[in-house]
Amino acid sequence: MDHQVLTAVLFLAVVALTVVLVVWASRQSSGAADFYAGGRGFSGFQNGLAIGGDYMSAASFLGISGIIALSGYDGFLYSIGFLVAWLVALLLVAEMLRNSGRYTMADQLAYRMRQRPVRQAAAISTVVVSIFYLLAQMVGAGALVGLLLGVSGDAAKNITILGVGLLMVFYVTVGGMKGTTYVQIVKAFLLMVGSALIVVLVLAKFDFNLSDLLGTAASNSGKGQAFLEPGLKYGISETSKLDFLSLGIALVLGTAGLPHILIRFYTVPTARDARKSVLWAIGLIGVFYLFTLVLGFGAAALLSSEKYADVAASGGNLASPLLAEAVGGGDGSVGGAVLLALIAAVAFATILAVVAGLTLASSTSVAHDIYNSVIKRGQATEKDELKVARLAAVAIGIVAIVLAIPAKNLNVAFLVGLAFAVAASANLPAIVYNMFWRRFNTRGALWSIYGGLISSVGLVIFSPVVSGKGLDPTGKNLSLLPTSIDISWFPLENPGIVSIPLGFLLGYLGTISKREPSAEERYTELEVRALTGAGSEKAVSH
Amino acid sequence: MTDTSPDRTERHDPVYDRMAESADFIELRRRYRGFVLPATVAFLVWYLLYVVLSNWAPGFMSTQVVGNVNIALVIGLLQFVTTFLLAYLYSRFSSARLDPLAERLEAEYTAEKGR
Repeated sequence: MDHQVLTAVLFLAVVALTVVLVVWASRQSSGAADFYAGGRGFSGFQNGLAIGGDYMSAASFLGISGIIALSGYDGFLYSIGFLVAWLVALLLVAEMLRNSGRYTMADQLAYRMRQRPVRQAAAISTVVVSIFYLLAQMVGAGALVGLLLGVSGDAAKNITILGVGLLMVFYVTVGGMKGTTYVQIVKAFLLMVGSALIVVLVLAKFDFNLSDLLGTAASNSGKGQAFLEPGLKYGISETSKLDFLSLGIALVLGTAGLPHILIRFYTVPTARDARKSVLWAIGLIGVFYLFTLVLGFGAAALLSSEKYADVAASGGNLASPLLAEAVGGGDGSVGGAVLLALIAAVAFATILAVVAGLTLASSTSVAHDIYNSVIKRGQATEKDELKVARLAAVAIGIVAIVLAIPAKNLNVAFLVGLAFAVAASANLPAIVYNMFWRRFNTRGALWSIYGGLISSVGLVIFSPVVSGKGLDPTGKNLSLLPTSIDISWFPLENPGIVSIPLGFLLGYLGTISKREPSAEERYTELEVRALTGAGSEKAVSH
Repeated sequence: MTDTSPDRTERHDPVYDRMAESADFIELRRRYRGFVLPATVAFLVWYLLYVVLSNWAPGFMSTQVVGNVNIALVIGLLQFVTTFLLAYLYSRFSSARLDPLAERLEAEYTAEKGR
């Protein structure tokens, strides 16, 4: 049986299912609260699933298991950082944001500061983070779908990028937050069930003895015990160790500043439901990242040397799909073809759910913050604002497609780490200061958002990911720019270790250099509302 | 109907000032901050300790515990355990110690606003 035909059929099934759900969701949506926040009517459990669907990207599913398959233990940092990060969201952000905002990240800043400048800053940061993340997902999708369907070449990648772009615009413009949420719930379910199945099959091969699995992975990888120890990927030099630390900090502090995650807290009726959704999300995401550990070590342990070389050639992305094929019975078997197609379809659903969430977050911010507050000074009608939100989704889709097509053969995996670094440097300081520091004001918010944004993006431009890394032994360019251009002077690939403290410092300096009595007075109101829910936005009843 | 227009100048409502001075609210804030601030410091330090040990104590981290399971893997898995545990503790703490106060304050607000 040909797995490519089956894969294509399952891809179409995923598309058909999500399109039907989104059209169905659109029939229950009417106003702005429905479009932006799903009517605030989802339960904590539903939203927990959707958060998982929004958060666990193809970069986690295929990327982390791939890094573990190739570099062993060092890939585990991603799993741990991505999970521990949720404690920041649980303890400091989710509930207070739910009580004090309406639709976007900017709402809770605008509550006590000068509306237009802070909304503009927060919207710019939202769009930048979302576009970086979106680009990484779309370029990844282009490479992946071709690989999984067995078609290579630029045309296949272009068609995939275009198709994913059109689908995400469709989900968002037609289904709004409700439609996007259903897509994310379906994806979370498929991802958990699909990966649990492979994990059980892998562990069964070792009679559920973890030590045997690790031992076989270590010896098959050709690296011995070093494969199970930290340092294989990041322990090469003091610079790479600092990079590891920088990445670790960006991962743990970035999550609670990602706009597409933040807006999910508005989709539930109360702060207590927001808390419940994060608790469910922590459970799901935690179990999933334990799965990635088994998938990664499983791929190293069970794949033939030929298939393992294919994994290495794909940068790790093929580890999980090829592992599924191996535990299903191997190349050419029916079981192998079925499981490979299944995992490929899960990966595809994963990409669709994440890009839809990103498109929604950025178009919401463009319409609600920029169009209504900055341009129309809060006087736009709801109908006009929603029209702009849909147009913005189309525009963001076009920008993402136009940027992703020329970038399709470039190594853009660093964009995910960068999105986390920008979120942690530009967004998190403002959110945390705003909730916990009475004196925090407009200038502090602007300095921390713009300072964190410019420093994190700026440092990456002058880092080895953009230029100066040279060629690898196979002649592949390791940086973004051609090797003839070298503008690098910042040694680390992830800017977090510099830009995150800088974001916090600038927020502090901006605040203490100017007094803004109205922001301090209204802090009382913000804090009461954030902690008690008094006067917070209610769910829409139809 | 609460005024939720995006223009903050229309929002100021003296009811919040009175609530902020109430004993219930002061206690709610004290309990909330008393839990989340130390907890945040604790989990961040514990996480950074893991990253630092991975980087600069490879000998210690590669000590084998049982079979092929080494200290690095145990500490990594413990990060999962502590994350789940802290999430559970916060959930219990907030339902028992925060929610009753928050609900009472919100009810007072609703009664005063006549909704």
